Amino acid sequence: MTLATSAALVPFALPGVDGQSYSPQSFRDAKVLAVIFWCNHCPYVRAWEDRVIALQREYAGRDVRFVLINSNDPAKYPEDSFEKMQERARLKAYPFPYLFDATQEVARSYGATRTPEIFLFDAARRLRYHGAPDDNFEDPQAVRQTYFRDALEAMLADRAPAVAETPPRGCTIKWR
Amino acid sequence: MKHAVRVDFLYWEKCPSHEEALDRLRAILREEGIVTDVRVTHVDSDEAAQALRFPGSPTIRINGRDVQSEVEAADGRLTCRLYILEDGRASPLPSAEMIRRAVRAAAAGEASGAGEASAARQSVDS
Repeated sequence: MTLATSAALVPFALPGVDGQSYSPQSFRDAKVLAVIFWCNHCPYVRAWEDRVIALQREYAGRDVRFVLINSNDPAKYPEDSFEKMQERARLKAYPFPYLFDATQEVARSYGATRTPEIFLFDAARRLRYHGAPDDNFEDPQAVRQTYFRDALEAMLADRAPAVAETPPRGCTIKWR
Repeated sequence: MKHAVRVDFLYWEKCPSHEEALDRLRAILREEGIVTDVRVTHVDSDEAAQALRFPGSPTIRINGRDVQSEVEAADGRLTCRLYILEDGRASPLPSAEMIRRAVRAAAAGEASGAGEASAARQSVDS
């Protein structure tokens, strides 16, 4: 079952494409932490990729950290292998850690089903927003509802986001 | 003179935007004055994907030719499809312009391509 609003962050310990290992402790100084289920091959991820990168760059100086997790089975989707993750992160100069959930246990523990799928936690590491980045994967110029940005702004102002949940739109996580 | 146009729409239901793509396709056919049935195929197994050389959902073939003319030959698998739009952006859907170009080319009688859809499970939808 997917984490509900106000649920506590589920711990993880995963390898990143940079050779480091990451856990929630790695982000202890962040006021807001976004755990985002992600992958390489999904066209929805590709469509939102530049927007998510830009958002992290914009908010990096305000104690906001994103961490991306790929839980897809690379045996079925070789583009989502650890090596391909490293290539993608280099190519796009990802400003966030990109982690590999080889056992898929982290995705299961969050109840994640799609890529991209955002779980946004406050300073107490309680879930305050879950869902899509915005309301238009296809055209950044046509976005009307900036759910992720709005939630970030609310949380940085110590308010609850007006919209706490939206349906994630994207590819299904590719289970073993 | 407009030539006959055969339209195949192939999708995998776990990819979320196929209804949007089908609506877009039908709207363009209407705008272009093309009266034809859209043959809708739900690709629901790896075997069907391979048999149809399905490059991902959604896929639109006009007279057997993919609307993304530079599409690479695919072995076929169940996945969401990545389109690169005219301005270089990535998208899970073909643009209206991409579909329109393919429809106009087919209506003008340009040669049809390979890769016809012989469906694993098919429904005809107008």
